[in-house]
Amino acid sequence: MIPLSHYLALGAVLFALSVVGIFLNRKNVVILLMSIELLLLAVNINFVAFSHFLQDVAGQVFVFFILTVAAAESAIGLAILIVLFRARRTINVEELDSLKG
Amino acid sequence: MTFASLKVAAALPEIFLAVAACAILLFSAINSSDNRAGRACWFAVAALLITALLVIAGFPAVDAAATTAFNAMFIGDALSALMKVGMCLLCAAAFLYGREYNRARGIATCEYYVLGLFSAAGMLVMASANHLLTLYLGLELMSLCLYALVASARENKLASEAAMKYFVLGALASSILLYGMSLLYGLTGALELPAIRAALVSAADADAVDPALALAVVFIVVALAFKLGAAPFHMWLPDVYHGAPTSTTAFLSAAPKIAAFAVVLRLLADGLGDLTGVWQSMLIILALLSVAVGNFIAIAQHNLKRMLAYSAVSHMGFFLFGIAAGNAAGYSASLFYVLIYAVMSVGAFGAVLCLARDGSEFERLDDLRGLSKRQPRIALLILILMLSMAGIPPTAGFFAKLAVIQALVGAGLVWVAVAAVLLAVVGAFYYLRVIKLMYFDAPADDAMDLAPAIADRPAHVLLAFNALIIIAILPWIGALIALCNAVIAAAV
Repeated sequence: MIPLSHYLALGAVLFALSVVGIFLNRKNVVILLMSIELLLLAVNINFVAFSHFLQDVAGQVFVFFILTVAAAESAIGLAILIVLFRARRTINVEELDSLKG
Repeated sequence: MTFASLKVAAALPEIFLAVAACAILLFSAINSSDNRAGRACWFAVAALLITALLVIAGFPAVDAAATTAFNAMFIGDALSALMKVGMCLLCAAAFLYGREYNRARGIATCEYYVLGLFSAAGMLVMASANHLLTLYLGLELMSLCLYALVASARENKLASEAAMKYFVLGALASSILLYGMSLLYGLTGALELPAIRAALVSAADADAVDPALALAVVFIVVALAFKLGAAPFHMWLPDVYHGAPTSTTAFLSAAPKIAAFAVVLRLLADGLGDLTGVWQSMLIILALLSVAVGNFIAIAQHNLKRMLAYSAVSHMGFFLFGIAAGNAAGYSASLFYVLIYAVMSVGAFGAVLCLARDGSEFERLDDLRGLSKRQPRIALLILILMLSMAGIPPTAGFFAKLAVIQALVGAGLVWVAVAAVLLAVVGAFYYLRVIKLMYFDAPADDAMDLAPAIADRPAHVLLAFNALIIIAILPWIGALIALCNAVIAAAV
């Protein structure tokens, strides 16, 4: 049987990858949205693994809620992306710099 | 399990608010009059006031045992009731301030107010959360609506950029919080906050803290710092305050801060209450950095909204000082601070809204020059708000700062208290500069006064009430502090 630590390592690696994706990505806002989805999926792996090894179903119920919220979150994110593109004609992260000081 | 055992009635205010929001959405769909957004605003204000009345009607006795509902996922104690009343009133105030502004800036849609109501419902759920899931769902309901409210000025380039930044960093913070929660779940096997606390009692007594537990606490503290806008995780906050339409800034600068207090208190003081030693030093560093960064950078600002945003960072630092004290006196000082700060903050942005004119925003500091001659009444009200934010007696802001510093000294953190006072003096500089610009400088260019003002009479009356209550509350300030002490003592 695969031990718990393998699942946790997978979750941690996915989580770290997506955080790096958010901070290193300088090109495209869509990639930011993908990274955010991946962040939530990494958390889900953690919850499911713990839930299985603790023999407690509450963690899996939590995952259902996270999946639902993730759907709402990407809907809002894409809506903001469209508003952004209509207002500025670009979704390049580097060009989003009119607010500073 | 039966339906009656869920004790749905405990969540009556939340249920009423959500139903009212749906009803207003329906109203906007079937009503085709030109002024339906204005009416929706009044309906939304009425819904919030009725919700506040429902909370007050069901206000539990301070010394009574807390009632839980929905299988202990939801808790109705005096602490949550006090926070809910504050949230409802502040959201209603932000709507009233922004009503005419929204109309003038072309964001007058019913959906604006519906989103605001759903966001308020999320805050109420956060105030009553007794379970990690309730906490997370309330937080997301609030945040998702706030992202949309920031983007509501669809033609405005700054607003859409601010919304995108807010969305990305807010979602990142939520994920970090969830990761911390998942570790906590794995370590304790529980999701209810009291059960987590019970499971961690033995861990707290151990000499060395389990590294996994420390990691979970770090994730949770970092996520909360992101959400609060505490330095060094504050970079989104000035951009959002500046870029968002001012009506939205007023909304998100007030009630969500009380909701943030609720999350911090429930997670750190309740769930992780026996691990004070693990998170106390982190909070002290965050708080010191916030007060320093917020106050020093605010001095360099030329934009009033941005200056108030950095002032918000420093106020969040002060609020964290109270939590960092790590005892009931500190939590109660923090609650008192955040309530007073939210009133001052909605008032300050309300003043910016009352000064806005057709075609000009009135958000540069230079616009304030000579305001005492052009708008003597509003200048006087801004004077009161700025004195209170600076913490100068006899305003309520002074007593808020005093309570936090007393709590720090009481917890033996004297050097932190000294640093807090010194940094607050730095902060006084830019608040007093606003007063100097208004009262002692000649108007630079009064051409913008010719354009008609946007704000209507209710907004002006509300602003006067909002600013004067900061001073008028003085005779009752001891009672308010005693109430904060009592509700915290019952909850922690």
